[in-house]
Amino acid sequence: GDPLEAELSGFSVPLEHSFELDVAKFQSRGSLLLKTGREPSVSLTQNQLSEDDRSKLKEVAAVDGLYRIRVPRVSLQADRQTEWQVDGYLIAFVRACAMVESHLSDVITLHTDVSGYLIGVSIVTLPGACRGAEVEDEVDLEVYNTTLSIMAPVNAPPETALFLERMEQESEKKGKNPQEQKSFFAKYWMYIVPLVLFLMMSGAQDQSGGGAGGGAANGGGR
Amino acid sequence: MAKLILLLLKLCILFFVVDAVFEDQVGKFDWRQQYVGKVRFSHFDTQLQSSKKVLVATESNVFAALNSRTGELFWRHVDKTGPEGNIDALLHHAQDAVLVVGNGRMLRSWDVNVGGLNWEMLLDTGSFQSACLVGQQGTVKHVAVLKKTVISVHYLSNGHQKWVENLPESETVDYQTVYSGGNGQVFVLGVVPHSHITIVVYSMEDGEIIKQVSVEAPWLSNIPASCAVVGQGTLMCVDSTTMSLNTLDLHQQLQMTQIPLQSLGLEVDPDFHPSLVSHQPNPAQKPLSEFFLQLGPERYLLLQLNNGQIVTLRDFKPALLSSFVTTGEKTVAAVMSPKNKTVSSYRIGLSTHSGINLFSSDTGRRLLDTTLIFTVDPNGGKPERLHVQAFLKKDDSVGYRVMVQTEDHTLTFIQQPGRVMWTREEALSDVVTMEMVDLPLTGTQAELEGEFGKKADGLLSMVLKRLSSQLIMLQAWIAHLWKLFYDARKPRSQVKNEVSIENLSRDEFNLQKMMVMVTSSGKLFGIDSKTGEILWKHYLDNVPKNAAFKLMVQRTTAHFPHPPQCTLLIKDKDTGLATLHVFNPIFGRKSQVTPPALPQPILQSLLLPLMDQDYAKVLLLVDNQYKVSAFPSTKNVLQQLQETASSIFFFLIDSSQGRLSGYRLRTDLSTEQVWEVVIPTEVQKIVSVKGKRPNEHVHSQGRHFLHNLIYLNPNLLAVVTESTDVHQERSFIGILLIDGVTGRIIHEAVQRKARGPVHVVHSENWVVYEYWSTKSRRNEFSVIELYEGMELYNSTVFSSLDRPHAPQVLQQSYIFPSSISTMEATLTEKGITSRHLLIGLPSGGILSLPKMFLDPRRPEIISEQSREENLIPYSPELIIRTEWFINYNQTVGRVRGIHTTPSGLESTCLVVAYGLDIYQTRVYPSKQFDVLKDDYDYMLISSVLFALFFATMISKRLAEVKLLNRAWR
Repeated sequence: GDPLEAELSGFSVPLEHSFELDVAKFQSRGSLLLKTGREPSVSLTQNQLSEDDRSKLKEVAAVDGLYRIRVPRVSLQADRQTEWQVDGYLIAFVRACAMVESHLSDVITLHTDVSGYLIGVSIVTLPGACRGAEVEDEVDLEVYNTTLSIMAPVNAPPETALFLERMEQESEKKGKNPQEQKSFFAKYWMYIVPLVLFLMMSGAQDQSGGGAGGGAANGGGR
Repeated sequence: MAKLILLLLKLCILFFVVDAVFEDQVGKFDWRQQYVGKVRFSHFDTQLQSSKKVLVATESNVFAALNSRTGELFWRHVDKTGPEGNIDALLHHAQDAVLVVGNGRMLRSWDVNVGGLNWEMLLDTGSFQSACLVGQQGTVKHVAVLKKTVISVHYLSNGHQKWVENLPESETVDYQTVYSGGNGQVFVLGVVPHSHITIVVYSMEDGEIIKQVSVEAPWLSNIPASCAVVGQGTLMCVDSTTMSLNTLDLHQQLQMTQIPLQSLGLEVDPDFHPSLVSHQPNPAQKPLSEFFLQLGPERYLLLQLNNGQIVTLRDFKPALLSSFVTTGEKTVAAVMSPKNKTVSSYRIGLSTHSGINLFSSDTGRRLLDTTLIFTVDPNGGKPERLHVQAFLKKDDSVGYRVMVQTEDHTLTFIQQPGRVMWTREEALSDVVTMEMVDLPLTGTQAELEGEFGKKADGLLSMVLKRLSSQLIMLQAWIAHLWKLFYDARKPRSQVKNEVSIENLSRDEFNLQKMMVMVTSSGKLFGIDSKTGEILWKHYLDNVPKNAAFKLMVQRTTAHFPHPPQCTLLIKDKDTGLATLHVFNPIFGRKSQVTPPALPQPILQSLLLPLMDQDYAKVLLLVDNQYKVSAFPSTKNVLQQLQETASSIFFFLIDSSQGRLSGYRLRTDLSTEQVWEVVIPTEVQKIVSVKGKRPNEHVHSQGRHFLHNLIYLNPNLLAVVTESTDVHQERSFIGILLIDGVTGRIIHEAVQRKARGPVHVVHSENWVVYEYWSTKSRRNEFSVIELYEGMELYNSTVFSSLDRPHAPQVLQQSYIFPSSISTMEATLTEKGITSRHLLIGLPSGGILSLPKMFLDPRRPEIISEQSREENLIPYSPELIIRTEWFINYNQTVGRVRGIHTTPSGLESTCLVVAYGLDIYQTRVYPSKQFDVLKDDYDYMLISSVLFALFFATMISKRLAEVKLLNRAWR
């Protein structure tokens, strides 16, 4: 019923772009539909570039200008979505020439933090280089070929988990044949301990005797 | 049988032999200097005439004894940093020194002779006000500690509490001072601001209140600042509003007697708060009835209280500092006055000499033959305090030595008539930042270099130039020969190889450098890295208290004849206003180049690889209007900036708002924002941002993974965040790798159940960070490495703007058995040598941990491939091996930073660790593969060579003869 629908339905935020010769002026490029919930996802509907925009983009590309995009800072958490207000934008850019030469093939990634807040956006084009290749207006610069994804932070590995698993496996192996795994000392301690004791006792005697003998020998030598 | 055991023992010993520094290498390549910090209290040990100890307690929470003959440390005790270890008071009696530590938390007694702890007492809570020794019938047996609400008296012998009493009406009365005149009574003086003084007299025997009186004093608010007890127990206060002295006999009177200063014919300097200094030679006796009254910054008066009348004994004008000192039964007054009397200005930096004289304290008469000249260092600060050590000579006259403390935290110990016995640069206990600068070439080398460095201007002038440089070289050679000849005649012991600024020159392998150190007091130092000798110092006296410093090398020594140039950016943290100090790092002299005035607060500074025509790198400063100014800003520079503006990107970080933003330079030196990343501050806050070092080289990109190439992005930033939620289950640490040019988030990871402090090292393609794991309650290391993949996208040059594929990220974590203070990676000339991490531990050790152990590719299970790549199998613990300590037993107190610099030898990296102490050494991360050993057998190898050579000659000759003979046959 109702709650399921609410969870499935996302909300949309504008995706804006700007390519100007002087001061940045953001215009709508499309809208991002953000699906909230446990596994957030994102989809994009966007307009085509108009005739004017195409020529302006090529103009900007010719002087090594920038193509900028921005999205508003929003949270993907379900409880905050309704009351998002603009308290700033996340901005990213590519060189306008790269945008032109890649025939509007861009990869946009949205990054969130642990609580699902959007913290950054990045845009790259494929290919990324500006080689000065000729581009046909009508054919190449009409439709965006956008790859869109959303990225949440990765959990850094706790160091011991895998290692402990391996250790456990090994100890299991050992557990199967305990007879073999007994160490040398564990097996023969009853022989070794008396032997060592005996050695120490006799050694101590020997040393004291030897010391005295040595003293006597010295005395005799003089 | 005994032999067998002996053999066993020997085997045992053999197994535990480690290869660290050899005993004969100790101190050969390394040195350490120990400091104590800015002195707050000092006492001369006067038990014996021959005692050489000066006890000092400092603002760095250090208590130490210095040798007054040499300035070296006898012993030193370093307490906790911050308010917990703060030394509130130092009381010294006979062989006991009593310290009140941590706002009255601890009372400790130390044995002065050996520096051992006699006893330690935990005191009741309450903020500390004052402490004094209490004597009775000529002997001192107790110490009284006054806190906000209680007074306690302890035995000096064992610290046990004799009695403790709550102070009456402590809610309204602000008790400030405790005083005892040695007659079995303890006086506690408190004040109700703008109303009255409260005097409570306790009996020494049982802590009973003998008397409690209130005296009208509506003008008084701070007793220690404006009052002193003189004579037979008279409280003397100076009132700066009515310009009068107020006296009160603590034993009898209930009313203050006002004596206007005008009636004594005295006048106070405008805007000066006069103060009083009295002297109590022995806690078991009454204070002297003579005292100092300071009326102006350069005016002191020696006054005497005589039956309620104040008599002026002597007027010292001008006088900088004054002090009383007692030896035996004699008490004298020492007064420092500027010698150069024509300089009447307040700044005594202009006068180069100051004279110190002794005066009889009871008559004010100058004692004969007691003048001592103190030369004020033009590169130092002005004198701040005077510590006098007096002693009785054989003819019963008073001799003395002084320890002068100047504004720049320097201690200078002087003997009559002005011989400086030692100086201690205590500013070096708080080094903020440093750089190591190559030494210049010798004059002759430089001359040759200069010949090629200059632009060619005609054939004839070139020839002349060459001839002149040849002539100079000849001259230098002859001078050298002459010196050799001259020295040869002198006995060997007299020939000294002294290092001075004049004969500083680069050695063969560039192992000797100039360490330029910036201290928080604003004093700059140039230190020879080989010996640790201070070659120059320069005190900047206009540095704000909370300044942040950034030191940049704008021009190295490589551009003869242009002098090397360093620029220090000094920024007031509150206002953001900054100033530049431009200087020559070799000589410490201020440069002739005038730095631009910076009227706007500065947000960011960046040193570009662009150079002006004089080979100085361009420094860009971004102000809070996002306008950029360049230094130097010559026409040439501005033109270059215009040409390259579109490829100059920079970033700003506002950690209070969690905002990271990127900007691009425009041709008109304005900026435009190009990217923005905002980390919500409700969840996490940015604690550190680390870029890569600009002088870092990486030799090979394809070292690892057989075919996998490493991802090298010089613009990569490692941003570390900590969660605002500090609960141990929910706290985390975030690591973001952001490209500083495009703002692209390359990698984002969270370490759950972890908290700071986080220490980060970012170099090559890896980031290592250390944190506290709240889950397992231990310190852990984590390493992130970035790989490009199997083929390089664009192998010729890296550009952040053209690198569409994200790198592969590998990460692994390890357990480390100790907390750490600081961390840095070694750095070598070409980056061929393997890297080590240098870790400063709180114990004072500096650990050199091979980066090999922090490698995310360490396999769980050993395979053929991992063996081929020399990977160590994974184990979760990193072990501290004692032979990894590069500073053996030379512990570095409170290490705060480690600076690494490459030397001319690829194998060798120079390391300086600084904190309370400074330690310099060399490390060889891959052993000395490019250096012959010290004990290399030159004789053997050359004799073998010669033998082989002759053998070849002889056998050749023999073969010829044989051939000839065969031909004849």
